[in-house]
Amino acid sequence: MSGNHVIGEAAIRAGCRFYAGYPITPQNELTEYMAGAMAKLKDGTFIQAESELAAINMVLGASAAGCRAMTSSSSPGISLKQEGISFLSAMDLPAVIVNCMRGGPGLGNISPSQGDYFQATRGGGHGDYRNIVLGPATAQELADLTMLAFDYADKYRTPVMILQDGMMGQMMEPAVMPDPVDPKRLPPKPWKLDGADGRPSRIIKSLYLDPAEEEQINWNLAHKYEKITDEIQRAETYRTDDAQIIIVAYGTAARIAKGAVNRVREKGVKAGLFRPISLWPFPTRILKEVNKKVKDFLVFEMSTGQMVEDVRLSLEGKGNVRFYGRPGGVVSTPIEIAEVIEGKFGRV
Amino acid sequence: MTTQLFSWPRYLKKTAFHYCPGCGHSIIHRLVAEVIGELDIGAKTIGVPPAGCAVLAYNYFDVDMVEAAHGRAAAVATGLKRVLPDRIIFTYQGDGDIAAIGTAETIHAANRGENITMVFVNNGVYGMTGGQMAPTTILGQNSTTTPGGRDQKRDGAPLDLSEMLGITRGAAYIERTAVNSPKNIRRTKKALTKAFKTQMTGQGFSLVEILSPCPTNWKMTPVDACKWIEGSTAPFYPLKVIKDIVTNI
Repeated sequence: MSGNHVIGEAAIRAGCRFYAGYPITPQNELTEYMAGAMAKLKDGTFIQAESELAAINMVLGASAAGCRAMTSSSSPGISLKQEGISFLSAMDLPAVIVNCMRGGPGLGNISPSQGDYFQATRGGGHGDYRNIVLGPATAQELADLTMLAFDYADKYRTPVMILQDGMMGQMMEPAVMPDPVDPKRLPPKPWKLDGADGRPSRIIKSLYLDPAEEEQINWNLAHKYEKITDEIQRAETYRTDDAQIIIVAYGTAARIAKGAVNRVREKGVKAGLFRPISLWPFPTRILKEVNKKVKDFLVFEMSTGQMVEDVRLSLEGKGNVRFYGRPGGVVSTPIEIAEVIEGKFGRV
Repeated sequence: MTTQLFSWPRYLKKTAFHYCPGCGHSIIHRLVAEVIGELDIGAKTIGVPPAGCAVLAYNYFDVDMVEAAHGRAAAVATGLKRVLPDRIIFTYQGDGDIAAIGTAETIHAANRGENITMVFVNNGVYGMTGGQMAPTTILGQNSTTTPGGRDQKRDGAPLDLSEMLGITRGAAYIERTAVNSPKNIRRTKKALTKAFKTQMTGQGFSLVEILSPCPTNWKMTPVDACKWIEGSTAPFYPLKVIKDIVTNI
């Protein structure tokens, strides 16, 4: 199965019963998979929407009705969805959004890229909010993190983004599918709208004209984000125990970096890999543990340098951080990154 | 023995409206609430208010309500209805919301034949933001962004959204009414009843466009605003059934 198909199958198994999307490369396999899968379910809805805006707002409606709902797109389409993501966040509504990142800005190209890290981890739309962002690096993780994304979305009542890229989405790799969840047996949602039959009517909204009230809404969100930051930092450490230099990379870049680490290890260079899995919240706590033994870090991203800021913030000046990036849809080889580790090129 | 002929509608909360004196929203809110009560669908109705003057509609209707971003009500309603096909879903939107920023969502919801009901309040201005030109502002009409009156060459022509929706294959029932006279208010209520019944019988997309006065932004007295609809707006947007393929109601 391609990575995009894996996400689709995992979403169905997670109990997702509503999907709305709009065609854009390189994520079309996911939309097509959902069309086929939902058609086979009695309680499934697939809509090919007229726009990305419509798709995310359909998801908002489905989510308000209590359904596990998902949309997916690629970079330019995710920009269009930001309005809806801001509203979902403000309204405490769960949703899963998949961004299969491609080269940008603008139309860019359809090659794998990591240029949307800032957009994903800083909220993306207007207003003071964050979304949980998960960065899978294997087909197995695409499956597992998709399941987890729906659980997080419901638990914290927040949009969760799966930040993958054109490489992950198109790549074929085996994965063991998690057991399916019966949507009827998921925890109840006492806030959902289904008609005020025998109970007071409910309102789901984001407009608070009184600044004091809106301030409280913002603080409520901030407290939720503090709780999330405390509870779900995730990262993989690879060959870090005796490492003298740590490569920090996520997603596709981390796969390349892992190959580079193995390559330089053969030459005796004690390199390790720190791979953030939760991109927001950034796994600061885990990185700080690694930092107790290692001072030299090399951040590798398929961008001109975005996550590197989170690495520097996490280390609070207690490490030497180099950066190496290839933006615009260029995919480095492990050989290239091995040479960077060995100091042949790269900038500070 | 006395008989009660008039009372507070069950599905209107006992809250004072924030609308300006002479505004049509108050009348239309009441009509929608009366129809929901008379059809006995309040316990299974979910409403979607717009951005604009009627954004606070959730403070008035005593049914479940979920806000939508500006123009996106038809998309939100689509999501609700597909998940809850046995519930009654309606949107309540102004002209800027439904016919400018939300044109795509509206046309495609109608064309898909979404089994929802849309209440389209046409007062020809962006009311909440202070009276700018709406897509429905008629030629010659003054607004804060059409000084000297709307000029087709400069400002573009008014949009006949309901007629456009009427030619979509999915639309089942579309009617244009007004609330500028007791007679027209009664016709509006009849149209709203039919629109909700269209949805209740699963016959597809229904919409009622209602020409509504905005005395504040039109800079008229409420009485003059009603006369303006009679003499200017209604001749431009004729009150009529635009599409009706509904049967057995």
